[in-house]
Amino acid sequence: MRGMTASFTKSLAAVAIAAGLAWPSLAQAQEDTIKIGILHSLSGTMAISETTLKDAMLMLIDEQNKKGGVLGRKLEAVVVDPASNWPLFAEKARDLISKDKVAAVFGCWTSVSRKSVLPVFEELDNILFYPVQYEGEESQRNVFYTGAAPNQQAIPAVDYLMSEEGGSVKRWVLAGTDYVYPQTTNKILEAYLKSKGVAAEDIMINYTPFGHSDWQTIVTDIKNFGSAGKKTAVVSTINGDANVPFYKELANQGIKAEDIPVIAFSVGEEELAGLDTAPLVGHLAAWNYFQSVDTDANAEFIEKWRAFTKNDKRVTNDPMEAHYIGFNMWVKAVEKAGTTEPDKVIDAMIGVSVPNLSGGYSAMMPNHHITKPVLIGEIQEDGQFETVWQTPGLVPGDEWSDYLPDSKELIADWRAPMSCGNFNVATGKCGGKGVN
Amino acid sequence: MPVLRIFRLIFILIAVMAGPARADDAALRTMLNGLANADGFAAIEKIVGDIAATGDPKAERALGALSSGDLYVRKADKTVLIGKSKTGGYVLSDPLTGDVAGEAKRSEVEKIKVNNTLRRVVREALGGLTLASVDPRARLNAAETIFKSGDPHAIPTLDAAIARETDPAVKERLMEARASATLKAQAPVAETTAALETIAGRGDREALSLLKSYEAGAQGELKDAAGAAIAKIEQTLALWAAGQNVWYGISLGSVLLLAAVGLAITFGVMGVINMAHGEMVMIGAYTTFVVQDLIRQYSPDLFDWSLPIALPLAFLVSAGVGLIIERGIIRFLYGRPLETLLATWGVSLVLQQTVRSLFGPTNREVGNPSWMSGAFQLGELTITWNRLWIVVFALIVFALLLYVLNRTALGLQMRAVTQNRRMASSMGIRTPWIDAMTFALGSGIAGIAGVALSQIDNVSPDLGQGYIIDSFMVVVFGGVGNLWGTLVGAFTLGVLNKFLEPYAGAVLGKIAVLILIILFIQKRPRGLFALKGRAVEA
Repeated sequence: MRGMTASFTKSLAAVAIAAGLAWPSLAQAQEDTIKIGILHSLSGTMAISETTLKDAMLMLIDEQNKKGGVLGRKLEAVVVDPASNWPLFAEKARDLISKDKVAAVFGCWTSVSRKSVLPVFEELDNILFYPVQYEGEESQRNVFYTGAAPNQQAIPAVDYLMSEEGGSVKRWVLAGTDYVYPQTTNKILEAYLKSKGVAAEDIMINYTPFGHSDWQTIVTDIKNFGSAGKKTAVVSTINGDANVPFYKELANQGIKAEDIPVIAFSVGEEELAGLDTAPLVGHLAAWNYFQSVDTDANAEFIEKWRAFTKNDKRVTNDPMEAHYIGFNMWVKAVEKAGTTEPDKVIDAMIGVSVPNLSGGYSAMMPNHHITKPVLIGEIQEDGQFETVWQTPGLVPGDEWSDYLPDSKELIADWRAPMSCGNFNVATGKCGGKGVN
Repeated sequence: MPVLRIFRLIFILIAVMAGPARADDAALRTMLNGLANADGFAAIEKIVGDIAATGDPKAERALGALSSGDLYVRKADKTVLIGKSKTGGYVLSDPLTGDVAGEAKRSEVEKIKVNNTLRRVVREALGGLTLASVDPRARLNAAETIFKSGDPHAIPTLDAAIARETDPAVKERLMEARASATLKAQAPVAETTAALETIAGRGDREALSLLKSYEAGAQGELKDAAGAAIAKIEQTLALWAAGQNVWYGISLGSVLLLAAVGLAITFGVMGVINMAHGEMVMIGAYTTFVVQDLIRQYSPDLFDWSLPIALPLAFLVSAGVGLIIERGIIRFLYGRPLETLLATWGVSLVLQQTVRSLFGPTNREVGNPSWMSGAFQLGELTITWNRLWIVVFALIVFALLLYVLNRTALGLQMRAVTQNRRMASSMGIRTPWIDAMTFALGSGIAGIAGVALSQIDNVSPDLGQGYIIDSFMVVVFGGVGNLWGTLVGAFTLGVLNKFLEPYAGAVLGKIAVLILIILFIQKRPRGLFALKGRAVEA
């Protein structure tokens, strides 16, 4: 009994000493720096995409510190690893906000991870910057969506293919991985195509499981569907990992971009890095940014990125640009508000406008989405995209699709006095379908 | 001096021949250089049309380069040249003659952009230009292009080409191309009906596509004729589709077999629930990547041999890792399936994260050697080379494994140990050593499966995860402890899956297969081929 007390006292003393040592430095750190949370998976299935974003954020924070930080204080990144595990995202987000007291969080990739952290951000009133193209149908006060909404990627892509320049496509295959983003996007696209007079029998919708690797049947189906005498195109919302075997099968079965072009919404420079792109030249992707965009801002960004990662072959991609825009917007909003207090920053964010990497300015709108140009690029032999078409101006992100019956009457406006993420213009009331 | 005279004669002849050609060249060159000032795809398209209208085969090189994106404008003098990229710039050559025309830095030239529409226009233009080529394959391609485009203006050229064609296969294609052009040309009824018959005789997807678009615009008797032709083609294609499903099933089955056959040893023969089996496959795939990377750096000529080189290495690396796992962890856990399951699951996570830290989280590119790229046509079946080789490879691996198990001393001892461990031990067999060797063999086989799978799937740290469930399914379905069961199980599941997929879709198809297996296991808990006698669980 005595031994136990002794050891207990000893360990208590140790804890006290440790705390005593740690406390002043911790307090000092909190005084001096502004903490920024980075919530991207560094292990598990999503690590393939998200690790790059963590590096990009570290670079942006580093750059900002070189310029003297924000409000005269240095920034400090707090990196956590939610390990591609959706409930863990919520836990890690809670840790970041309540333990580390971060001023804002940059993170998430999949929609399900975003949905899992939403209640945490709402409850603890913090800010999330979400950098990935997504299915829309959401607008939340604590989230800023810097990726593309469907009308900033899917709809212009389809418009391009329907145009004479894009090949006057009349028949559509909507192929996707079986989860919320492709399902909602395809629903919107189907409604949109029908509104443009495309008959139901000219649309084929196909879903595959995550990580699908045997594409023989589906590629043959696409080939058969394309031999009905009408120009056919494939709109692919196939998720990251399944793309490599899909494109390999396309190449091997000899489906040429001139005959049946595939336009992808989830295939960027990073995904192509695992592929021999020579047989895929001419297949398309729609994004708001390509590494090949020829502007000074982009050249500088790529140079800094390669210097930061010490790898002169590292590629850049669209979600990285989204973080670049989001981070600069946050810096500007903090400077405008004069504080990092999330509540004030959220209000200051609306209307903030910063340069994007494709040579224009992106502005934050009252619905917490941003304005961006839409680019259509063709895959080249070197694994890069070459822009073949782009929207004449900037496209504002539309959170509630106008083509779905459930959401066409909804709008979001987070400015007072409306302050509502799902205002129904028909009934004049806040609150319809969707979150909150 | 007869020699000199002959020389002179040749000289004059060349001059006479080159004279008019040079004049044509000048016209072509002016058109080509027009590309330097063309603004937008429509303008380029018009120039391509003009060049095609000259019918001059010399334009072939320039148009081909345009289509593959190798045509550049030299900014200094606004001339259009072919550029092949090299480090820091381009080697330029003349677009008509192919003569080298110096070099240029990246900033000195501007690429002429192309898009899909333009590529199609160029392809059609090239089709007209290469009809008279000496290479029968080029003529065949030209005929094929015209068949697809069905350009009525090509009929006179086609007639001339048919008249001088000697190769029967090319002639047939030319006739079909002419028939396709006839359909578009609003020809008299008799001629059109004949054309419809020619196309129907071809009987493939392209013909179907053409007929369907014709039917949509046709009327009366001709519409009926087209409809009848379509029905006939569809009937034959339906038969081919069934054959295609069988082939796809076999091909999927061979992938399952490769992934599962290693597990059939570690799980089937030894009874170890090895959740890290998929990671052995992944290690094999990464070995292939490393081999290819080294080959690319040190001797690119050997690239086509990269897979044969990678095979033994992948076997050794995976077997080595397997040996370490067996000696380090599993041997302490024999007879405790739950612990083994958890421990190997942990090992699989460790291996994944190790590979992720070593090679990065992104996919690694493993190239297909030339003999594994592309496809060939067997009737209406498209058979891709990589799938065919994987089927062959899977069967070879299976045969080798059977040989090792049934015809070698090691195999004999393995079987003895798994059938009755204590008896085998009493007979002087070092059972722990046999366990280690068996596990290493199973892991090594998984490694060479990884070499094959790197050809069709992502090479990423998660590669193995996609195969572990399927592998267990195959082994359990086929019958634990029986290699033949694994073979039959893999192919049965493959074919079943591929027959369900067209009707149920990929997602539902997979679910249906899983449910069928569960029901089957209820009926026959020991799988298809149950091992009889006082076996495994003793």
